[in-house]
Amino acid sequence: MATTLYEKLWQRHIIEEKADETPLIFVDRHLIHEVTSPQAFANLKFHNRSLRHPERTIATMDHNISTRSIEINAAGEGAANQLRTLEKNCKEFGVKLFGMGHKNQGIVHVIGPELGLTLPGTVIVCGDSHTATHGAFGALAFGIGTSEVEHVFATQTLRQTKAKTMKIEVRGQVAPGISAKDIILAIIGKTGSAGATGYVVEYCGEAIECLTMEERMTICNMSIEFGAKAGLIAPDNTTFDYLKGKEYAPKGEIWQQAVNDWQQLKSDDDATFDSYLTLEAKDIKTQVTWGTTPGQVTQVDSTIPAPEDFSDPVERDSCAAALKYMGLTAGTRITDITINKVFIGSCTNSRIEDLRAAAAIAKGQKVAAAVDAIVVPGSYRVKEQAEKEGLAQTFIDAGFEWRLPGCSMCLGMNDDVLTEGDRCASTSNRNFEGRQGRGSRTHLVSPELAAAAAIAGHFVDLTQTQQKNGA
Amino acid sequence: MDKFTEYKGLVVPLDAANVDTDQIIPKQFLQKTTRVGFGQHLFHDWRYSDAAGTKNNSAFILNKPEYQGASILLTRENFGCGSSREHAPWALQEYGFKVIIASSFADIFYANCINIGILPIILPEEVIETLFQQSQKKPQHFHVNLAENVISTDIGNYHFKLDSFQQYCLENGIDSVGWTLNKLDKIKAYEDKMPAWQ
Repeated sequence: MATTLYEKLWQRHIIEEKADETPLIFVDRHLIHEVTSPQAFANLKFHNRSLRHPERTIATMDHNISTRSIEINAAGEGAANQLRTLEKNCKEFGVKLFGMGHKNQGIVHVIGPELGLTLPGTVIVCGDSHTATHGAFGALAFGIGTSEVEHVFATQTLRQTKAKTMKIEVRGQVAPGISAKDIILAIIGKTGSAGATGYVVEYCGEAIECLTMEERMTICNMSIEFGAKAGLIAPDNTTFDYLKGKEYAPKGEIWQQAVNDWQQLKSDDDATFDSYLTLEAKDIKTQVTWGTTPGQVTQVDSTIPAPEDFSDPVERDSCAAALKYMGLTAGTRITDITINKVFIGSCTNSRIEDLRAAAAIAKGQKVAAAVDAIVVPGSYRVKEQAEKEGLAQTFIDAGFEWRLPGCSMCLGMNDDVLTEGDRCASTSNRNFEGRQGRGSRTHLVSPELAAAAAIAGHFVDLTQTQQKNGA
Repeated sequence: MDKFTEYKGLVVPLDAANVDTDQIIPKQFLQKTTRVGFGQHLFHDWRYSDAAGTKNNSAFILNKPEYQGASILLTRENFGCGSSREHAPWALQEYGFKVIIASSFADIFYANCINIGILPIILPEEVIETLFQQSQKKPQHFHVNLAENVISTDIGNYHFKLDSFQQYCLENGIDSVGWTLNKLDKIKAYEDKMPAWQ
């Protein structure tokens, strides 16, 4: 029978599937961090249980660390306690930890791929909803809660209900200047914030296939923002070329076996999905969110919608509430919205290609006087590379702050928070009320647009600017 | 985990769609290493009119006198979206919620609820609308019978669906880790057959 990529991954990982029990699947990699693991370790200890496969578990510090100092104490008392607890737990249970200042430290979804820990055909979980990022490699990757973290610790398995399948095809090629972030925001704009709840989504089509691995990660990363259990992209030569030689990727003969196996990982031509969505790449414009869910998004060359633009009463109410919270008036042109904060970073957009794209816009320019802008690389490897290429200096010269790696202002668990009324152009993934700080207002955008907004002090239509400049 | 069989409680109608887990428990309260101490911070930014959480926002539904002691949360679509933080259901549970009713839940949040013994109930949007109208008019008590998969209210009985194994776990307060540890032979058999690269 013809099957989808998801069904192939599912089938490969089934340990037990019987009528009266939720299926049990094997977990190949478990990524952990300081915030969602302590209670799971504590329960293991309470029940006197051991960690079944410490070697399949990798820890990093990312969520609440300072981006100004590598000292644990710089994160504040509560955070420091969590970070020390992680250190202690990793030591006690034999888990490899990339702690403060380690060359492999960084945001969990940035380091997994760059170290070759993320492999096609694997099941990867983490107590973090953006685990979907790793689906870019054709891995079944999803976020879990702390009780499930404990379950994986003790058994290296999870109980999972089989998801429905959705195929999202982006046909043709996007226009120059349209980024992966614009593609995924455009998709979420079509589906709404819960459009894929209960589904595993597979992205395909020419516009997806021609993306680099880092761009594919940006796409899959935001799968959770429209409710998907996971996002997938079938592995291909782009995937294998990216992984070859990475620190933890298979080597030698095993590498060849792996690639042979991974080449089978794609949906059969005649496989059927439970749901389909098709977008024409050429129609995708630069995206900016205007509301308080990622689905409340529009094009940079348009205006803020009005509640009465929505026929669904719940959407109408949500729009009215979002406009009130965001301090926006219907009909305002997006390019007339002024911002005073810019955040370039997060597991969505903090990789080297993101920083190159933002630096290309910032080069030779100055951040507007009214704007504070920070750039937070996703990992120490990204940081080192950006410094080597001169990108860090470009940012510094333009007036951006160049920080140490971490999750930073994406969720503001450290001191990188906005204050009430701040309006931020952010390359992160959530524009929820209060996400970046109580009363703060977040607009999700691409790294290019974030950099351009930092310089102009408001959103700009980069495609217009480039046309004017003859670029 | 406590066993869940039947329950009757006061319903509070939280009239908002897409309530995310950042809203349920903001990030500044995630720095604990225990599962307790989250209830006081539930819906912090809505519940308190100051950042320190010292002044109740009297307009927020949970602060209204008629909904004090509520233990059944009625809400709208896509409840619990966003971050996977189990701190969100921990906060709801510590506050006193045993049942959450919505037209849909985010997947991770739903699983987290089941895993700690909160019953998430999905009902069609038109039923949710009816329940909102009813409970906004006058505070209501709903009765939930898990064995029968029925919610009883003054105006009608409503059936809901639950995965049979999840229902079994809730009804019997199953330690799911212990349950799976009884299957180590099957896990071992799987591991022995894995390719070298995996």
